[in-house]
Amino acid sequence: MSILVILEQRGELRSCALEAASAAAALGKKAGLDVNAVLVGRSLESQADKLAGFNIKKLFLYDDEKLENYSNDAYVGIVKELVGELSATVIIGSASFLGKELCASLAGRLACELAQDVIGLDWDGACVVKKPVFAGKAIQEIKLTDSLQMVSLRPNLFTVETDGDAKPEVETRSMPELSIRTVIKDIVRASEGKIDLSEARIVVSGGRGLGGPEPFAMLQELADQLGGAIGASRAAVDSGWIDHTNQVGQTGKVVTPDLYIACGISGAIQHLAGMRTSKIIVAINKDADAPIFKIADYGIVGDLFEVVPALKEELGKLAG
Amino acid sequence: MKIAVIVKRVPDTASVIKIGPDNKSVETDGLKFVLSPYDEHAVEQAVQLAEKGECEVVVVSAGGEECKETMRMALAMGADSGVLVKDDAITKATGKGVAICLAGALKDMGVDLIFAGKQAVDDDGSQVAERVAELLNISHASVINGFILGEGKVEVVREIEGGSYNMEIPLPALFTAQKGLNTPRYPKLPNIMKAKKKEIKELSLADIGVSEADITSGLEVTSMEYPRERSGGRVLEGDTPARVAELVNILKEDEKVIYTQRA
Repeated sequence: MSILVILEQRGELRSCALEAASAAAALGKKAGLDVNAVLVGRSLESQADKLAGFNIKKLFLYDDEKLENYSNDAYVGIVKELVGELSATVIIGSASFLGKELCASLAGRLACELAQDVIGLDWDGACVVKKPVFAGKAIQEIKLTDSLQMVSLRPNLFTVETDGDAKPEVETRSMPELSIRTVIKDIVRASEGKIDLSEARIVVSGGRGLGGPEPFAMLQELADQLGGAIGASRAAVDSGWIDHTNQVGQTGKVVTPDLYIACGISGAIQHLAGMRTSKIIVAINKDADAPIFKIADYGIVGDLFEVVPALKEELGKLAG
Repeated sequence: MKIAVIVKRVPDTASVIKIGPDNKSVETDGLKFVLSPYDEHAVEQAVQLAEKGECEVVVVSAGGEECKETMRMALAMGADSGVLVKDDAITKATGKGVAICLAGALKDMGVDLIFAGKQAVDDDGSQVAERVAELLNISHASVINGFILGEGKVEVVREIEGGSYNMEIPLPALFTAQKGLNTPRYPKLPNIMKAKKKEIKELSLADIGVSEADITSGLEVTSMEYPRERSGGRVLEGDTPARVAELVNILKEDEKVIYTQRA
């Protein structure tokens, strides 16, 4: 019986990997289980240093140029074999785009239950998780009752805490024989320096009140000033004002930033589901009765075309 | 070419979700049920392919009789027929069990392509389609925003944080649809009428060689709660410059959520 944590990388460990390592350490302590980790990629030896203080016994590092980028066939094949070899009983991954796919496929191959996108992880003889359903309109508490249990953790939510500075023992392995059916032809990255919505600490979001695509440029400037990302309501996306990858809500992304600034968003239930767990919510809207004010920590009733430029100016003063 | 689309019946996203008296499940009375929004994109993709060439599109679902209503929505969008794995036990199954049922129905259908939504918007389980691909031992890609059919293979665009993968995948394969894939059509009234006459074949668990034990849940929902209630906070007063100055001060000094003042 042991815990295996799957670490996600993109050339280096992603922050969700450290969150998973930290959560695994806490769970291991509670459950009295050893924690091992697996990292699949290329030339990642130096990353082991970042894993100090998580009480990880052993890091299994699969190193091959073919493993540089996520490949479902390869990654699932490798982790599945390792689960068997270690007789791991609890598998912890990240609920990122690729992490969710990896966990789902792995659960299929191992024929075990899987709770994706969990926001709370505890132990009561077995994993007990909190998992949002209906995009967070309700939260289930789930106990995984089978002997093999798998969870993926929502990124940006679990805190990273270390205890001491003990590093894991590293065992580097070459890539096993695996048939890889899919080919990555190209990886497209969003423009340099742009912060991804699902990982942003600050989100500036626009809705129907913007009236068209052009005002999103103004919101982008505000987001840039704050080091944040741009979000949008379904109304703005469905009107074609901004790309769907920016949509926040039940049919878009669920975000948990420290600061969410909703501009010209009335606060439809579908949208609230995607942003209500933000730490601080600021609403700027002309309509004082807009539902968004019922959940906002701070509200400004006013014309966003007046308030947003004023906000940009005020922030400019801070930058001095 | 034969295409299957996996669909699920879910409450409309505009629904207010009420937790039932057992504190473990959602009250279904008064909820409007729809085809899960991402499944609409999956159906649309299949129907568009069918319009371009010789294709048969089969909608596949697992659950109770009520699933047929949802399947008819997909049929009204242009799918040709449906297959429903029907058993009351399935309504209690988890994603693991549902995937076993769906794979059981799909394994002998001779499909070249399977589409599903990237997740169902009720339990947000995000795993059934990937499990089906595993059970059928076919390749797959999740969360796709672009799809081009080639000879014996497809090219897809798969979303990741801050970018995408352009991938080539051999058929047969399964894909889960993200919102950017296409714009689902609204079924026209004549097509809604036609859909009522299209065949939905029922399969029992026995028909697909699955026992109730095979789909027993390995997890237990112990309770259900609402998210932390957010009470409306302060509406700032004064003229715009004063309110904005106060807001920035609060965010910076009190809440400490502004860190990057310098570009």
